[in-house]
Amino acid sequence: MELHPFVIFIAAIFTHNIALSYLLGMCPLLAMSRHSNTAQGMGIAVIFVMTLTAVINWLLYHFILIPTGSQIMAYLVFIIVIASVVQLLEMIIEKFFPRLQSSFGIFLPLITVNCTILAISLFMVLRTYSFWQTVFFAFGSGIGWAVAITIIAAIREKLRMIGDVPNGLKGAGITMVIAGILSLAFMGFSGMVSVQ
Amino acid sequence: MITFFVVNGILLVISLLLLLAERFLVTYGECSITLNGDKTFSMLGGDNLLNYLNQHKIFIPSACGGKATCGFCKLKVLSGGGDILPTEEVYIDKKEREEGLRLACQVKVKKDVEIYIPEYLLGAEEFEADVSHITYLTHDIKIVHLAILNKTINFKPGQYIQFKIPGTDEYRAYSVASSPSDKSTLELLIRLVPGGLCSAYVHKVLMKGDRVVFTGPFGDFYLREESENDIIAIGGGCGMAPIRSILYFLREKGMPRRVFYFFGARTKKDLFFTKELRELEAKFANFKYIPALSEPEPGDKWEGEVGFVTQIAEKYIGDKRPKEAYLCGPPPMIDAAMKVLTREGVKPENIFYDKF
Repeated sequence: MELHPFVIFIAAIFTHNIALSYLLGMCPLLAMSRHSNTAQGMGIAVIFVMTLTAVINWLLYHFILIPTGSQIMAYLVFIIVIASVVQLLEMIIEKFFPRLQSSFGIFLPLITVNCTILAISLFMVLRTYSFWQTVFFAFGSGIGWAVAITIIAAIREKLRMIGDVPNGLKGAGITMVIAGILSLAFMGFSGMVSVQ
Repeated sequence: MITFFVVNGILLVISLLLLLAERFLVTYGECSITLNGDKTFSMLGGDNLLNYLNQHKIFIPSACGGKATCGFCKLKVLSGGGDILPTEEVYIDKKEREEGLRLACQVKVKKDVEIYIPEYLLGAEEFEADVSHITYLTHDIKIVHLAILNKTINFKPGQYIQFKIPGTDEYRAYSVASSPSDKSTLELLIRLVPGGLCSAYVHKVLMKGDRVVFTGPFGDFYLREESENDIIAIGGGCGMAPIRSILYFLREKGMPRRVFYFFGARTKKDLFFTKELRELEAKFANFKYIPALSEPEPGDKWEGEVGFVTQIAEKYIGDKRPKEAYLCGPPPMIDAAMKVLTREGVKPENIFYDKF
């Protein structure tokens, strides 16, 4: 069954949230969710890079790797494309949009080796998405990840103000618990749409 | 075969793109850094402030090697630094922000920058040294003797240096344990911290004859020489280092002030320099060394004080003479000591501490 790109988009945000149902991108999710403004910056950067790299990787995969029978090298190509796109993006933003630089440019290097970004490129191959499906899937996944980190950051900020977290749970521990509960909460969406 | 060419082709195109981008996008031209309004350095912009300062032999404290994870490289940026970045906000509070403090490793130099660094940090230099001796003091603390090459170091008793971990850009701070009058050799006490990068290096790899690099001296934890107050020193573990430097300094001056040194450890095997300190005690009536064990083992046959070092300290310092305290140890110990000392009437401005 051919899924409508919009269905994939909604699924990527809610029912198949990349952070909360696949538990991908945990490292930045734990590290960058201390303050909500850094979380938002990181979220925006992920949305942007995810969409951009998925598009480039889709084109490379379908127009170069498949015709030449080189699918086996997809991993390597994807990783290198992601790393260099992030590098390029950082240079371009620094040069032409200095204002954006301080709000989200500095998060770009952190994304270079982020597993979520690679996962999107790999999923699109596994699920044989078409071009538009890939675009919406990547964009939706980015938004999903940004939503997850923003919620977690907001909860952590609130916890710091009113909460009394036991010493042993401070930092990554409580964040994992928060992510776990959020993940359960997101399961509530699971009846909405299904992509698999 | 075709796969090989295709993948290499893709890689080649990407590398070319990156090279071109770097050539045409990343250029800031000539920039200058003005330090404290008098010294000016110029360079091609693009790198961060911390690296430029290091290149120009100005060493400010930094432990993480420019990743914005230690928060040590704070300095005042008067102009040209741009807006504060989210990565810095974690380390710079509101008041510091208003004063213009930034993390040097996060300030990218893209135009002319004016900065202010307090005078006491400008004394720091980079030194090369050979390890002349390295040995165990206790089961987990090593003493490292460094013979400085071609230079001498001037430091105040209690200050620390930043030891560069070979093969990385990271530094770790260690207090100097030797006397400031010996300007060509230093002694450091380094405890094996589980998971610690530098301590593991020192304990497992570093050997006599190795060449190391460090910067310093740093720190506002040092003996206030002009004062005549009694000294209460409280320390534990490697907190021995700065106190030992202070004691050596006072010994050379003939121990002009009354000194109580409380040293906290868990068991007898965590005590070190005991003989040396007892000798000092025998020589000067003014100096008293009081080690306290928190969990002595039956085999220790310990007859000295038992308990948490801060509780022991409280028993001894009841008199009303003006006092000055030097604390060096883990944060809980310092917090507990602060409470005890303020309760005993030591003025907060006379309490100096070094948390690690």
